[in-house]
Amino acid sequence: MKYVDEFREPEKAEALRREIEKLSQQINKHIKIMEVCGGHTHSIFKYGIEEILPANVELIHGPGCPVCVMPKGRLDDAIAISQNPNVILATFGDTMRVPGSKTSLLQAKATGADIRMVYSPLDSLQIAKNNPDKEVVFFALGFETTAPSTAFTILQAAAENITNFSMFCNHVLVIPALQALLNNPNLQLDGFVGPGHVSMVIGTDPYEFIAQKYHKPIVVSGFEPLDILQSIWMLLQQIVENRCEVENQYNRLVQKSGNQIALEAMNKVFAVRDTFAWRGLDEIPYSGLKIRDEYAQFDAELKFIIPNRKVADHKACQCGEILKGVLKPWQCKVFGTACTPETPIGTCMVSSEGACAAYYKYGRFSKTLQKQTTEKPKVTISS
Amino acid sequence: MCLGIPGQIVEITDINNKLAIVDVGGVKRQVNIACIVDEQHPPEACLGDWVLVHVGFAMNRINEQEAAETLKLLEEIASVMS
Repeated sequence: MKYVDEFREPEKAEALRREIEKLSQQINKHIKIMEVCGGHTHSIFKYGIEEILPANVELIHGPGCPVCVMPKGRLDDAIAISQNPNVILATFGDTMRVPGSKTSLLQAKATGADIRMVYSPLDSLQIAKNNPDKEVVFFALGFETTAPSTAFTILQAAAENITNFSMFCNHVLVIPALQALLNNPNLQLDGFVGPGHVSMVIGTDPYEFIAQKYHKPIVVSGFEPLDILQSIWMLLQQIVENRCEVENQYNRLVQKSGNQIALEAMNKVFAVRDTFAWRGLDEIPYSGLKIRDEYAQFDAELKFIIPNRKVADHKACQCGEILKGVLKPWQCKVFGTACTPETPIGTCMVSSEGACAAYYKYGRFSKTLQKQTTEKPKVTISS
Repeated sequence: MCLGIPGQIVEITDINNKLAIVDVGGVKRQVNIACIVDEQHPPEACLGDWVLVHVGFAMNRINEQEAAETLKLLEEIASVMS
């Protein structure tokens, strides 16, 4: 497939691996690079990138998986909306199996709630048109990659005056999350692989503070194996040359100023919330989006009574530490035992982009990790 | 969640609602092109464009020249190695 296959050629990957090896030998210390985006995490495991990197180059898996960072309370709110008579809740498939405090959307659907998986927010608008006697609510979540599509959906609903449609908005923003990570003294990072598709919307300019204020290099990357390897190579070059810059490996899709059409739609429909809760990162100021007053008729938080409770994570779950890059998935007490993709306790095991699910699915452990995993104490889970 | 897949716009189906058909590896489906059209680049001009498809929207155009340059650089690295 064009723009996919060319970026998966093994001989080019081997050439990049050797270049990375050469650079790593010039760096006389252990390097920690965080890939922010869950899509990158997934690719890294899928293609075994972590395994071919030099011993002194470590990848830390960041909080860029919107399903993983959603607090249980917000999921409970979505389930509460779905329990209203006459409501159809439409959602991306990613959210269906995420455990709330008592149940998941999939379990709520099994017990009678009308919950439907959609591929696009526009599909949920179509459901509203097809069911004028029902209230259709779209469970909107995701970073800046997805937010323009929900903004355009609301604009279309307004243009067509569809009154039985609303959104439960949970969109989050990458930059405040990165700021929270950089302010965390427990997290020592040497550079970032920047999110490719978020940057396609916001551009590369918003990352300048990472280079200028925090003196960390960042390379915005594509998602194919050669993209990621080239980005790591570019980051190591910066480290060797003692540079801290924002570089763009993914320039076939990412422009410096982003996609202005998409940003305008987002700004027209959404306003920034004063604060938003993230799993593992707690409350982060100005990190979430809400629907503007001009489009209040499409705001499910105003249309329905929402419990809005804060729910603590399961005591045994260490997703929070994993999302901050403080722990590796296999260091969690319940990884692979009580918590598996079939019976997830934490969100990082539910989403295919979650670090735990990626580790579990691709099962790539070095001998050291295997040894540590087998030596883990057995934990009994009680609800 | 931020997954995107490259495809080529092969038909403009609805100019007013900004809808087009995109071919993704031989599979054709309808996408919304609102994110990539403006006065400089109206819907009719999108025919043949390579785009990144995400949740039913063409989110951005793929810059074919930039893609070729990236591949050329990777080719050079590989040829030095061999």
